[in-house]
Amino acid sequence: MGAGHTQLLYHCSDSPVHRLPPEVKIAAMVAFTLAVVATPREALWAFGGYAVLVAAVAAVARVRPGWLLRRSLIELPFVLFAFALPFLGAGERTELLGLSVSVDGLYGAWNILAKGTLGVLASLLLAATTTTRDLIIGLDRLRCPQLLTQIATFMLRYLEVLVGEARRMRVARLSRGDDPRFMWQLRGFATGVGALFLRAYERGERVYLAMLSRGYTGRMPQVWQGAEAATVGQWLAASTVPAVAAGVAATALVLT
Amino acid sequence: MEHLAMHISNGIINGPVAAIFAVIALAAMALCVQRGRQHLDDRLAPMAGLVAAFIFAVQMINFPIFTAGVSGHLLGGALAALLVGPWVGALCVAVVLTVQALVFGDGGVAMLGLNITNLAIIGTAAAYLLIVGLLRVLPRTPAGLAVTAFVSALVSVVAAALGFVLQYQLGGAVYLGDNIAGLAGTIAVTHLLIGVGEGLITAMTVLTVAKTRPDLVYALRARGPVASSPVPAVGGAR
Repeated sequence: MGAGHTQLLYHCSDSPVHRLPPEVKIAAMVAFTLAVVATPREALWAFGGYAVLVAAVAAVARVRPGWLLRRSLIELPFVLFAFALPFLGAGERTELLGLSVSVDGLYGAWNILAKGTLGVLASLLLAATTTTRDLIIGLDRLRCPQLLTQIATFMLRYLEVLVGEARRMRVARLSRGDDPRFMWQLRGFATGVGALFLRAYERGERVYLAMLSRGYTGRMPQVWQGAEAATVGQWLAASTVPAVAAGVAATALVLT
Repeated sequence: MEHLAMHISNGIINGPVAAIFAVIALAAMALCVQRGRQHLDDRLAPMAGLVAAFIFAVQMINFPIFTAGVSGHLLGGALAALLVGPWVGALCVAVVLTVQALVFGDGGVAMLGLNITNLAIIGTAAAYLLIVGLLRVLPRTPAGLAVTAFVSALVSVVAAALGFVLQYQLGGAVYLGDNIAGLAGTIAVTHLLIGVGEGLITAMTVLTVAKTRPDLVYALRARGPVASSPVPAVGGAR
């Protein structure tokens, strides 16, 4: 898959985190997120601990903080909701900067902000160190049903086809005298969306048939060959992060 | 707010409720995998991938809704149900959500069960039930198919959004008291608008596919082809 949309988040580099097998990284990321979500929101110090963990992994993976922060802007829409909660919430109210806000709402906003941000950073780190192809292999090795990995494989493959086909159709419109500007190109796009779908399907069908004729049976060769599967050592190395996070979460649960 | 209604991020709904819905989603997905396996042939496999890619792409297009200060995006459940059927369709939406949660941080990993329940299960099921009903009632014309696609897409978006309201009532991060009615109202109205956009895109896409390749539309397979005027094949020089 070329350097397209789906590889946007991959940070090409070589680090111990990049070299870890994908299934290990996926499991560690999910376990870490669950530990974060299970933490009571009143334990403010615990979230500081999680942030340190994320920063440590980023450092080992050689991902720069600026790179991470720029891409974490995806969470902005729900941050807006978080800021509305202190005013919407019911129950006990308090004064903050001269405004009357709900205590429960304030904690709720903090809850969304902290847990959401940590979740986004964890998944961005996974994306930065794992190619989409490896991600599917990892899911397959984690016993994800083959039907699902197959759909996911084609989805990631066909995203490129869709984007390429859309670009070609736009060039075709331009060369026939269309003058797309900001909003006005929406009309051209809307009338062409069905054609885009069909063209992408027919191209995708040829890709699929070509794969079939080269021996594709629904799984990628790396999976059924069983090569490069995670060793016990790698599982142990990757489990340090979620283990520490689980420890922090357990402590926070006991203390509050 | 839309973003949250569609892709719930970590911390918005509490743990126990998220766990319950994770179990519900897992059971439903297992059923879909079992039923979907019988349908997935050489024609449906690339179609399922393309539908998932299409949904992935259209979910990236966000509509700003200025009055509410929120943004919304399309969902794709009705399109999936029309083109690949309810079982594989729900799986397509679930795959999109899983990949988005794992690598884009769009929707929390711990909230995946809630998101799959709303978008993949409620959205696709509502759409498919309407599709089956409307196709039986409406005339077998392109207009009938377009109306079916539009209505089912519109309703599925609102139904999925109301799923979030229910989940928030069960285990929201903040108890809103009477404000929950306000939240429900805002979300319903917002999604009615998004539903109109979703309906138009769904109708447009399905109509084009049905005219040129009716064999690709799952919802039409049981019935005869839609009567339509011949349309020149798209594609041309490649």
